[in-house]
Order: sequence, then C-alpha cells, then structure tokens
Amino acid sequence: MTPDQIVVTVVGIAAALGVAWFFWFKRSEGVKAVTVSDGYQEQMILVKGGYTPDTIRVSPGRPVRLLFRREETAACSEQVVLADYGKAAPLPTGTVVPIEFMPGDPGEHEFTCQMGMLRGRIIVEAA
Amino acid sequence: MTSTARTAATERPVPGAVGATSDSHLGALSPTATSPAGDRQAEYRALMRKWWFGAAVGAPTMVLSYPWLIPGLRDLFPRGSEALWWLWVAMGVASLAVIVYSGNQFFTGAWAALKHRSANMHTLIAIGTGTAWVYSTVALLFPQLFPSEAMTDVYYDVTVVVTALVVLGMAMEVKARGRTSEAIEKLIGLQPKTARVVRDGAETEIPIDAVIVDDIVVVRPGSKVPVDGVVTEGASAVDESMITGESMPVAKGPGDEVIGATMNTTGSLRFRATKVGADTALATIVRMVGDAQASKVPIQRIVDVVSGYFTPAVVIASILGFVIWYDFGPTPALTYATIVSVTTLIIACPCALGMATPMSLTTGVGLAATHGILIRSGDALQAAKKIDTIVLDKTGTITVGKPAVTDIVPADGFESEAVLALAAAAERDSEHPLAAAIVEAATERGITPGTVSRFEATPGHGIRAWLGGQRILVGNRIFLEAGGARAESLQDEAVRLADEGKTPVFVALDDRVAGVLAIADPVKADSETAIAALRKLGLQVVMITGDNRRTADAIARRVGVDRVLAEVLPQDKANEVRKLQLEGRAVAMVGDGINDAPALAQADVGFAIGTGTDVAIEASDVTLISGSLRGVVTAIAISRATMRNVYQNLFGAFIYNGLGLPIALGVLYPFVGLLLSPILAALAMSFSSVTVISNANRLKRFRLQEVPA
Repeated sequence: MTPDQIVVTVVGIAAALGVAWFFWFKRSEGVKAVTVSDGYQEQMILVKGGYTPDTIRVSPGRPVRLLFRREETAACSEQVVLADYGKAAPLPTGTVVPIEFMPGDPGEHEFTCQMGMLRGRIIVEAA
Repeated sequence: MTSTARTAATERPVPGAVGATSDSHLGALSPTATSPAGDRQAEYRALMRKWWFGAAVGAPTMVLSYPWLIPGLRDLFPRGSEALWWLWVAMGVASLAVIVYSGNQFFTGAWAALKHRSANMHTLIAIGTGTAWVYSTVALLFPQLFPSEAMTDVYYDVTVVVTALVVLGMAMEVKARGRTSEAIEKLIGLQPKTARVVRDGAETEIPIDAVIVDDIVVVRPGSKVPVDGVVTEGASAVDESMITGESMPVAKGPGDEVIGATMNTTGSLRFRATKVGADTALATIVRMVGDAQASKVPIQRIVDVVSGYFTPAVVIASILGFVIWYDFGPTPALTYATIVSVTTLIIACPCALGMATPMSLTTGVGLAATHGILIRSGDALQAAKKIDTIVLDKTGTITVGKPAVTDIVPADGFESEAVLALAAAAERDSEHPLAAAIVEAATERGITPGTVSRFEATPGHGIRAWLGGQRILVGNRIFLEAGGARAESLQDEAVRLADEGKTPVFVALDDRVAGVLAIADPVKADSETAIAALRKLGLQVVMITGDNRRTADAIARRVGVDRVLAEVLPQDKANEVRKLQLEGRAVAMVGDGINDAPALAQADVGFAIGTGTDVAIEASDVTLISGSLRGVVTAIAISRATMRNVYQNLFGAFIYNGLGLPIALGVLYPFVGLLLSPILAALAMSFSSVTVISNANRLKRFRLQEVPA
C-alpha cells in the first residue's frame, strides 16, 4: 500500500465509524414538557427539516398536548404520526396543530412523518 | 428553541389551532383545516421552476463537459486549452447557481436533519452533488494537487443534471401524492356551506357552522341535506350514495333519519337537526378516514426499523466504496473512487422505502371510504386480508332485523285481506313484537282494522278478542283448538312455513279457522348473493343466531352458509368466535347490535354493519355505513387489493435498493466492466419513488366488478 492509500483507508474507516456514532449512538436528552393551567403537559414542536425539539420528556398519568407548527412546504413533513398512541394529523403550513394523548406507562414512543423519515421521541419518565 | 417553545406552550388558547385532538373536531371540516393540498400545489410549482432552470443549465453543461468528444467543439475547446478552462469556470459558476436555486432544499434539508442527528434523501443528494461540485472546482482551480491530468476533468454535469432530475422526480412525487389523498378531500368537499333553517317562524339561510341541534332545517328539491337529523315533514327520495355507497335513492318521510351531505332529489323535506358540526356522520367519516390513512400497517413497523438505519448506512457504504476503489480500483483511482461514492449516494432511495406502505394505505382507505366502508386502521386492513372464516350475525345482518308478515294462507271461504284484517283487529292493542308486524302489514295494504270490544291475551299462546259479537282467535294451533276451532285443514301449510324458518300464526273467526299467517324476519335482498361472493373469496361462512335450530337451518339453507351456530345466547357470541379462533381460524365477525360488540372486539376483524349502533361501530375494525352485506365483500376485496399493493411496493423498494446499491458500488465492474454513471443513478432514483406512488394510485382503478358477484 502506498502512503496515500494508507491515509485514505484510515481516514475512510474513521469517517465511517464517525457517521455510525453520530447518527446511531448519540442521543439527545430532550426537553421536559411544561405543565400548563389546565393540567396538560404541553410542548410546542417546530417542524422544519425535522422536529425541534425532537425528544420530549413527559411524566406518566397526566395528559400531554403536543403543539406542532410546520414551517415548511416540503411534502415529507405534511403528516405527523404517533403510531403508539393511534394519533395522526395533517400539518398545514403555518398552523398550530394540537395532538393530545395520555402518556401511559414509562417508556419511549416515536413520532414520525408518514414516511418515517423525520423522527422524534416521547420519553415517558418513571413516576 | 426551548424558550420559544415554553412561551408558546403557555399561551392558551392556541391561535389558529385546528382539530387534531379528540375534543376539537370542529376544525376537521373547516376550510383552514383542509389537507395540505394548497401547500402541495405551491410546492409543485416551485419544484417545476427549479427543474426548468436546472434543465436549461444542464443541457449545455452535459455537452460542454466533454467537448473533445463532439466534432466542431473539439477544435474550439481542445483539452488543456485556456478556452476550455474558462468554459469550465463558466460552467462551475452556472452549476453553483443551480445548486443555490434548484438544489438549495437538499442542503437546507440535510443541514436541518443533521442538527437532529438524522439523515434523509436530502442528505444523500446534498453530499453527492456537493462532492461532485467541490471535486470539480478543486480540480479546476488547483490541478497541481492531482497526480495526473486525467484526474482533473470536471463533473459539473453530474451536479447540475442530478439536481435537475431529482427535483423533477420530487415534483412528480408531489403531484402523485396529491392524488393518493383525493378521497378525503372529496369527502370534505361534500359538505354544503349553508343551511336553510326556520328561525322565528321564517326560513333563513345561515352558514353551516351556525346550525344548532333541534333547529328545523328545510331541504328543497335538488339541494343537499346540510346536517344529520330526523324528518318531521315532507316526503322525498334522498341520494345517499356519497356516504353509504348505495346507488339507489332512499325514500324519506316523517321519522326517518337523514344524513348531512346527501342529496335530496325531487321532494321537499323539513327535519330536526340531531347532529351538527363535528358530530355529523360526515365529520366522523372524515376523521376516521384521516386517522386510518395516517396509521401504520403492521408490516411497516419492520420497514421503519430498516429505514431508521438506511440513510446513514448508505453514507457509510459510499465512504467504504471510496476507500476500496481508491485502494484497489483502476487508474485514475481518485476519479473512479469519487464517481462510485457519488453514484452510491445518489442511487439510494430511502423515499421509496418510506413511501411504499403509506401511499398504498392512503389510497386503499380512501377508496374504501368512497364505497361507504370505513377502515379504522392499517392493522384492520392487514388483518382483513388474512381472514379465512367469516361469522355473520343473523338478525340485522343477514336479515332485516324486524319481523314482518311474509305469507298469508286463507282457509276455504276466506280472502287473504279478510284474514289479515281479523288478525290486525285482534292484535291492535297487543304489545307483542309479532303483533306489530301484523298491524303494519295491514296498514301497508290499506286495511283499517276494526275496533274490538274485548281483548284477552294468553302469554305464549295467543289472544282472544271480540268484534261485533264475533270471537277472533289468533295464536298457535293448540290455542285455537283449546278455543274450539279446528285447524287441521291448514296444518300442512303451517308445517311448511315453519320449515322455511317462519313462525305460523293461526287466525279463527268463532269456531272456523280463517287462515294462517307466517311471520319472519325477512332475509335482506342481497344477502344470498353476498354470501355466495364471500364463499367465492375462499371464506368459510358461518351464521350465528339465538334462533332455534329449525329456524336457523331454514335460513341457512336459503342463503347458503357453510355452518350454523344456532341457539347461541347473546353473551356467548364472543365465546363462539373464540372457539373458532382456537380451531386455528382467522375470524371476521359481522354484526350490528350492542350485543354483538364483544364478539366484534373478539374477532380478528370486526365489521359493524352501519345501520347498527354506535357501540358496535366503536368495537369494530371496519364500519359499513350501508346495511348491505355486500359491503363486507367489497371491504375484504379492497383490503386484499391494498395489501397486495403494499407488498408490491415494498418488494419493489427493497429490490431496487438491494440491487441498485451494489451496482452503484461497482460489484459488476470486475466481471463485465459496468460502472453506473451518477446521472443514470439520479434517473433511477427519481423513477423508483415515482413508481411506488404510481403503483399506489393504480389501486384507484379498483372496480366493483373485481369483486365476485
């Protein structure tokens, strides 16, 4: 192997490992939903190329209201699906769409666009 | 972002919020909450503008990237000349313009995804086209960095043409996606904007949102019924096909229910509004269809896991492909390695995988809705495809669910009308369910029953009444003979009627038998053909009923079911379904009553016949708005067609990616010398996602003729 091939090989393998680590092994802690006056745990989520924040922590036993606001016209994000809670909604651009549900037992639940390209997580914390 | 979110989260009520929650459905049909059709139109137009710009730059770029191959240009721009260098500089600037104008969404989308530690199609295209542009620009500006001149060719054509083709693919995708959700948009479009109501004694036209429960609504000939209600005055026929799928208009008169969004034909009606806003049948349908379209088919959960890893895996494959080609590929290695990694990024189509199931589901559920069939979720659809046994509740499903006089056999010396008139006179004051059938039959024939002077009922046997000094006996044979009337002459007829599953009722005047009436719950007109169609679909058809074995067998023979479960108490229906499941069968249950709800829930798929109760609909997986059993056949046929479509799409998406990626990585090169061009990869990628959506749209061509008759 020539020196340049060794460099390319080492850098390439390092880059591949870096990609795997970046996308698969590093996860954000997320944002804790705020309890509002009507007893709901509420969180606004911006939909633009992804969900911001994409990880929402909630407590069990109290209803959750996620307020989705889509600020793009890309067709990818025009639906949001909370499959575990049997909820889904179209997200017209620029409109706040609330989705309500009871969080259930502690655990993780995904919310995604209809195609599963954009992903977020709801973490139901232990009581 | 956190602070923004918190600020917004404390604002109540939410401005502009629309109905996606269980308690705010009003917006479900409001103009602001329509599906994002407007967004799609705007996006389509924007993408087409980007495509035309990309194509306008792309055509000359493709030609001028290889001028030495084209006679005429070869002399103008010889290899290594200053003229060619300046030409390529111009192409570099033009392609940058294409990246900025036509391809900016790939870079902004990739960046947005990157911030969320995720990758998508945008990531792949951005890295692919970006790499081609950066490589070309470095080769152009700093050729001394490259060991040979052969490595300093530019690939601006890849950047421009790939961008343009992928943008065109996206535009076609947006257009096709719009078609998959047409059904729900059509449903929303059914709702009239205004209603004529009687307020303060005068008719006035008001917006639909202003109609309240108990308003008296006026429907003129040829206009739409605005909300749900019960007719108080008038008579007309109403075309309910848009909601129930039934093509024949339905006669409506006082006491009949009308459904909002259906079309009144020739008569005028006044009705009392019972359901308005989010509670109307139409709003419920729109909500159910929307929820079902956005739900997931169980198989998609596996696909979701794959697609979660897919895009980063493609990036890793492209890096490793680069390394392998650089280390072991032919010269110029850097060029080959770059082309292979760019092609790999571009050919991968996560969209085809992601769209395979939702597109078919959206189309299939929408298609079902246009036939008056509401499929609750993707789970129901997948389960409906797998069933091999179908249990039909007799009362209200196979039969009308209401007893009626089906036969009148007069004794010698009596007319049918006279027999019915005697029976109706005697039964007029009775509260027995069969009495109502006799009185109704008389009324239908224009017979006014006489007024009896005395009336005695013997529960379980019959009644005795006196009319103008004559005694009328109505009941079973034992009851008549106990009263001194001989009934042997009609005994054979009575046995025949009983064998047909009907209840014979003798009528006698004084000591003479006048005739025998048969009362039965009539079989619905199309039950027999529907059951035959279910059997043609390969299903074992089971009838379940609380009736005695003799009656049940008679009905079963007539409609042609395979198996009868008779004398089943209402509370045991679910248990019977469970027993069938224990035989290893995948069971569908069809029912309409509250007492069917546990059985509907127990079955692998529960079909509520829509004339039924809300409880049954709630417990079911599929709701048939019309009362016809034929809808079950259509529902199963649509479920099968939709799931077939899902599997075709998934197969196509997996095969495409499964074959495309290795070819792009150059596995065929050592054997046949084939290496894919990034431009061909872009064509294939755009084509694959459009194919998935077009295949889903093919479902809309499903015709009822495909359902066995």
